[in-house]
Amino acid sequence: MTGPTTGPTAAAWPPASGHAGAAPWYRRVTAQAGLEMRTVLRNGEQLVITLVLPVLLLVVLTRTTAVDLGTGDRIALVAPGVLALAVMSAAFTSQAIATGFDRRNGVLRLLATTPLGRTGLLAGKALGIAAVQAVQMAVLVVVAVVLGWRPVASGVPAAVVLVVLGTTAFTALALLVAGTMRAEAVLAVANLVWVLLLAGGAVLLPADLLPAPLGAVAQLLPSGALGGGLRAALTGGELPAGPVVVLTAWTVGAGALTARLFRWS
Amino acid sequence: MRAAPRRPVPPDLDCVLVPTSPDAVRVDGLVKRYGRVEAVRGLDLVARPGAVTAVLGPNGAGKTTTVECCEGLRSPDGGTVRVLGLDPVADARALRPRVGVMLQDGGLPSTVPAGEVLRHVASMYARPRPLDELGDRLGLGSFARTQVRRLSGGQRQRLALAAAVVGRPEVAFLDEPSAGLDPQSRIAVWDLVRELRDDGTAIVLTTHQMAEAEQLADHVVVVDGGRAVAAGTPGGLVGGAGQTTAGTLRLTVVPVRAPADTRPAAATWAGALGASLERAGVVARVDADPRRADALEVHAQVDPGLVRLVTAWADDTGLLVTSLAAGPRTLEDVFLELTGRSLR
Repeated sequence: MTGPTTGPTAAAWPPASGHAGAAPWYRRVTAQAGLEMRTVLRNGEQLVITLVLPVLLLVVLTRTTAVDLGTGDRIALVAPGVLALAVMSAAFTSQAIATGFDRRNGVLRLLATTPLGRTGLLAGKALGIAAVQAVQMAVLVVVAVVLGWRPVASGVPAAVVLVVLGTTAFTALALLVAGTMRAEAVLAVANLVWVLLLAGGAVLLPADLLPAPLGAVAQLLPSGALGGGLRAALTGGELPAGPVVVLTAWTVGAGALTARLFRWS
Repeated sequence: MRAAPRRPVPPDLDCVLVPTSPDAVRVDGLVKRYGRVEAVRGLDLVARPGAVTAVLGPNGAGKTTTVECCEGLRSPDGGTVRVLGLDPVADARALRPRVGVMLQDGGLPSTVPAGEVLRHVASMYARPRPLDELGDRLGLGSFARTQVRRLSGGQRQRLALAAAVVGRPEVAFLDEPSAGLDPQSRIAVWDLVRELRDDGTAIVLTTHQMAEAEQLADHVVVVDGGRAVAAGTPGGLVGGAGQTTAGTLRLTVVPVRAPADTRPAAATWAGALGASLERAGVVARVDADPRRADALEVHAQVDPGLVRLVTAWADDTGLLVTSLAAGPRTLEDVFLELTGRSLR
């Protein structure tokens, strides 16, 4: 035995140096948001799906005629779709995979024991996604404008509303997947859903380019609602009611399920 | 996460009935179930400030579950848990800045560089420990730019320990802090734990390494089957009051005239030797060594008389003693006596 005898008199109590105290809540949340954002931007696979693929699709679909879009003004149709796809990539696929692995590795549990807590962790994630999307939108809008895109200015506020709604709906779905499945299953599901919605979810291209029954269903999916809503807003300058209702319903439904079913470990 | 069960006494009344306790951690009758499995069954545990309390037990004994209830990560199904006099679930916000946690599975984000992980955890505190000093102490500098997923097990352990103590905790829960460490890292980790203790921090660590408990702990709680089966100082547990055995005699034997089909039968011999010693009036317990069919362990007061009795029994039984070693009783002896030899 090398230690002193135990007991409250054996040492100063509380510890002589005192505990470090919690940092203010906004510092904790912004620190978490910064970590989340850097993790996406540093990680090759995440960067490909959130930024590189959307930029490639924007350029290829605008500059080539391999896919018949049924319109001469290709960029007006493609640019809003690519913005919607970028939202889906960052808020759903990328977030589901990151959260799924953080959950398996115990990161969610460890951070919940620090002054950040579970609420701060969720707030940090939300802010981190918003920051990633700000970067995405800036890059994509600049590339699209360089390619000749001239969106209807009066539709921009409506587009912002739709992006925020779409982000909350897709984030709720991401946390539902990440909080209920094994990490490997999350990886598979998040990528598969991304591919399926890209092909048949009316996110990138309008629902009326899809076969009739699929097109009708796609407008009720968050992908079709966000894509269709952004196309309506940025070409027609209006805030369409249908997509707003669909995205709100997905947010409420997935949010309620996530709150009930999400497991932290 | 399930809601915390209703506490039997309202918190305000609780304070009136129970005077402020000097215990940093107090667990009374903790029960925790996973489905129908009862992982913890009425466990008691006390940890004091300025002391290292080791929770020692075999795999699946309920160590990690107990610690996770203290960390507020799980809600107890029964009993009470108090950390610094507070409820880890209901009072989590007040406790988080005062409690440091090192999880068994690390809890470190895999794609983030090690140095950034520590800076990130430090940024949650108003006045964290200086990172350079902590990094030097635990040798983190050499891999600060390496992503967590590329670290060795020992490097991860040291980083996780640094994250647990960077907030100058009043109570630190360390789940198997030395698992996978090389001897140099282990010494660095133990030195840091001792320094925290001397500064007044209450440290609760789980381990199944006897050396760690013997070297580091001021207080040991042996856990088995979801209960605390013994508690005390390491010295007290090994040779303290109420103990009847103070040493171990290990011997190997072979039959002098073995028929071709006779194989060593340590279990049979252990029974016979135990009976023989009892007839001679010696208080002893004889075990067959599960690792070798020809080895016996006699737990008793080791003295020349015992050696004479054991060798005389071997002679009478037609056995040749091929090796004989006497040693003091160790914490491992106590641990195996308390928790048995069956594999978990």
